[in-house]
Amino acid sequence: MASTDVPAARRRPLSTLERELRGVWALVRRNFHLIRRYLGWEIVFLFYNVVNTLTIGLIGLALPAGAARNREVVYLAIGALLWNFLSILFQEVSNSVQWERWEGTIEYSFMAPIHRLTYLLGVCVWAVLYGLVRTLVVLVGVALFFHVSIARADLAGAGLVLLASSVPFIGLGLVAAILPLLSTERGAQATQVIQGVLLLISGVYYPVAVLPGWISWASVLSPATYTLEYVRNAVLNGASVSAVLPISGVLLLWGLVLIPVGLGLFMLAERHALRVGALKRNG
Amino acid sequence: MAGDPEQGVQGGNDVATVPDVLTPLNISADTPALRVMGVAKTFREKDPDTGRWRPVPAVAGLDLDVPRGEILGILGPNGSGKSTLIRLVATLLLADEGRVEVFGFDVERHRMLVRRLINRVSVEASFFKKLTAAENLAYATGLYGVPNRVAQVRAREILERLGLPAKKLIVPLEQLSRGQQQKVAIARALLTSPTLMLLDEPTTGLDPKSRREVQEFVLEVRATHDATIVISTHDMDEADRICDRVAIINAGQFAAIDRSDRLKARYGGHAGTMEQVFFTLIGEQLDEADQEEGGT
Repeated sequence: MASTDVPAARRRPLSTLERELRGVWALVRRNFHLIRRYLGWEIVFLFYNVVNTLTIGLIGLALPAGAARNREVVYLAIGALLWNFLSILFQEVSNSVQWERWEGTIEYSFMAPIHRLTYLLGVCVWAVLYGLVRTLVVLVGVALFFHVSIARADLAGAGLVLLASSVPFIGLGLVAAILPLLSTERGAQATQVIQGVLLLISGVYYPVAVLPGWISWASVLSPATYTLEYVRNAVLNGASVSAVLPISGVLLLWGLVLIPVGLGLFMLAERHALRVGALKRNG
Repeated sequence: MAGDPEQGVQGGNDVATVPDVLTPLNISADTPALRVMGVAKTFREKDPDTGRWRPVPAVAGLDLDVPRGEILGILGPNGSGKSTLIRLVATLLLADEGRVEVFGFDVERHRMLVRRLINRVSVEASFFKKLTAAENLAYATGLYGVPNRVAQVRAREILERLGLPAKKLIVPLEQLSRGQQQKVAIARALLTSPTLMLLDEPTTGLDPKSRREVQEFVLEVRATHDATIVISTHDMDEADRICDRVAIINAGQFAAIDRSDRLKARYGGHAGTMEQVFFTLIGEQLDEADQEEGGT
């Protein structure tokens, strides 16, 4: 058998960091390959995303022409765009285990000598990149379709809030990811329900004040509520970086609590799965 | 157990080179590659008649030593505990009782280190079906820190050795036959240079030629990699031909563990075949199981 000529530098032992980073990259690359293989579906989903966002924005155009209409279109478009980004983050992270279970690869991924944090970090890095690209495409569609002015917008402030809110959403995704680990079918169903509840209570297309009293209290529990409120404030009212800094700090802190909690719960769920044999696809 | 695990287990970079992964771990030569001590595992399943959960013992009090460099075959009927034992060693299950050591390292306490020393091929090929073999291998080996460039070159070598043309590397896995997928699975395991390979019915469903190619390759891996191999199989001839010792397992317990010639001499009757050994040791229970199955 021929041997491979590998430079000596390649033979040196890997540092832990190098190995873990390669693990992260392996996950990102795998997901990119999967997107390429399902390109047809990706295009269809993206088309639907763009059209969905445009139809929501068009509701605003039903108002009489003027500043209020302009504001309403932007208000709705921000909701659609942000929800697009945050739901992709949540879905990509929470569905990562689900996907592996469907393909039957989860035992191989979990048998690999990388830390679970690395595995989940790889999933999160991909989720952020993928979410950004998809949302940017939708944003271009919105910008071309609606000729509304956002002259007063403070985009730096909006960007800061969005960046900070990504962290708690990743944390929520990690918490949700344990559900498919415990039960393949029911776990997937439960993550859909969680996502639906977040959509309802976060004021994506309306102020949370319009929610019925029995559910409106729940809006304070969703990081998306604050994300939407403050991004809108930055875009519509020009709230500056310094004005949104406190809430960005709160969102970041929220994430810094949720991520370790999510990771801890994930590892507990994995241990449970190892004890009851739940990683196996069948039986 | 001394040694820096992080520095000690980086795999070698070609098929023919034996990566010295064990020396830095200060493992003595007489440390078994695999030691199973009083391991028991019971699952729970719902009784279809009563709807209540009931315990289902999978393995019960298994003891086993596999010396370094050995090929151990595990023969047993369906549901006898073969796959459970392999999953316990592969860190994919936690034992209820007893312990498992790989090169002296407890699989629970030193999980990360053990994972660098082992790899597994299961009866299901388990891939991302839409991805090509090359993409699947890039992912799998990336998790072990193997550079993709190295992995792809080695994958070609291994797959060609297994009779799979290199051009198949760029074909989605779903378009490969079961046998071809299994060859890719074997390449996936070998690319991480495991010192203990766990093969769970790797030749099930393969045609005779492919089966023979895989068997030859297993022997070659042992010879060139200083690898220890545990292989579960239903194929009596396979066990007889490539295994140094064969363990017969039934109802979660070993009925016998010995060299195949000794097993044949003791349990093989007039025929002197592994098949006869199998039926002598567990045939009666198989009949009972069949009758039970027929009755329900």
